[in-house]
Amino acid sequence: MTDKTDNHQVEPPIRDFIATNLLYSKDFPHADDASLLREGIIDSLGVVELVSFLQTRFGVKVEQQEVRPENFDSVAKLAAFVRRKQAQAVA
Amino acid sequence: MHFSKRILDLDPAGETDRIVRFLQQNVRQKMKRHGGVVGISGGIDSAVVLGLTVRAFGPKNVVAVMMPDKDSDPISESLGRELAACFGVEPLLENITNALEGFNCYRRRDQAIQRVFPQYDASKGYKAKIVLPQDLLEAGTLNFFSVTIITPDGREETRPLPPRELLEIVAASNLKQRSRMSTLYFHAEARQFAVIGTANKNEFAQGFFVKYGDGGVDIQAIAHLFKTQVYQLARFLGVPEGIQKRIPTTDTYSAPCDQQEFFFRLPFETLDLLWFAKEQGIPVPEVASGMGLSEVQVQRVFDDIGRKQRTTEFLRLSPPALEPETSSVPEPAMAK
Repeated sequence: MTDKTDNHQVEPPIRDFIATNLLYSKDFPHADDASLLREGIIDSLGVVELVSFLQTRFGVKVEQQEVRPENFDSVAKLAAFVRRKQAQAVA
Repeated sequence: MHFSKRILDLDPAGETDRIVRFLQQNVRQKMKRHGGVVGISGGIDSAVVLGLTVRAFGPKNVVAVMMPDKDSDPISESLGRELAACFGVEPLLENITNALEGFNCYRRRDQAIQRVFPQYDASKGYKAKIVLPQDLLEAGTLNFFSVTIITPDGREETRPLPPRELLEIVAASNLKQRSRMSTLYFHAEARQFAVIGTANKNEFAQGFFVKYGDGGVDIQAIAHLFKTQVYQLARFLGVPEGIQKRIPTTDTYSAPCDQQEFFFRLPFETLDLLWFAKEQGIPVPEVASGMGLSEVQVQRVFDDIGRKQRTTEFLRLSPPALEPETSSVPEPAMAK
């Protein structure tokens, strides 16, 4: 399933994915700007899972050099990254 | 503490004596074992551990086991034989290819690779490895694994690994280390010896080992030493030049793959100094100045080390177990 149009729907699925797949929890208990790396939430497999999720869920293509803390360290940064990629794809 | 590039220099004779006493006290007095078994790979860590174990127990009480499989570089065996001769030990050769065939190691691994590269066919000469990005200092990318194949005519192609394929390739490859562990324990139990671990600090603390594989040992001889310190001991112990000069390799995948591209992402000369500085709490500006790096670069490496330590805690964890809950046991009924 991809969602390329509704920008408001970016954060909730990211939170849900991290809660379910990386925290093994029903809820995402952190703020959107909380560091996922400092909290130890993302390991090397978690990075791979997140990339796969972003590509499948939002239809964006993630390049290896884009997999960096500036884009992946929090829900807010992930959402901003998705929006930038979607905007680039439309332009 | 003043930071300098000599800060990790050892007293090799003193450190050797300390490790030898540690091995003797633990293996003989605590474990009640007569000697040690060391898996030798032709690499620097197992070479140093063999030298230390021979000093601790004498060559007659040490078994050096070479355990190649069909993906191993043939030079590993020739270096292993040279090493064993250097320390007066008769080496044993245990080729684990048949055991791995029995586990379907190669088939499972290759099927996962083929889902990423359908043309990949090991029987036609394709080789493969998994790698991390090598731009930690420059870009600070995260640990995002890719698979690289080398075609029979030598061309390389790299693609990102989806989660399922990453897990299956790693799980299949880990059968190698676990087969080696089983082999080492056969030789140890048959002689009442202990299995001596060869992980250095970089491998042990950052999680570059296989739980119950090369991490499955009775005692760790050099897990407190940075890789660059292992080289210092190698020079002192007289490890053959060919091993000292060999680039550290995983020797796990069919394509040549050094430890830097697979896991550590930096030369050990840089990584070890930065890690030590991080452990000692030396301020980033002082470290950056001493290393000729920017503060941003130093912080990137500090962050990467911290992430690897945190996210691999599971590997170093003993299996948790509950204590008996005595309070819930009902009191025996009193006879009236």
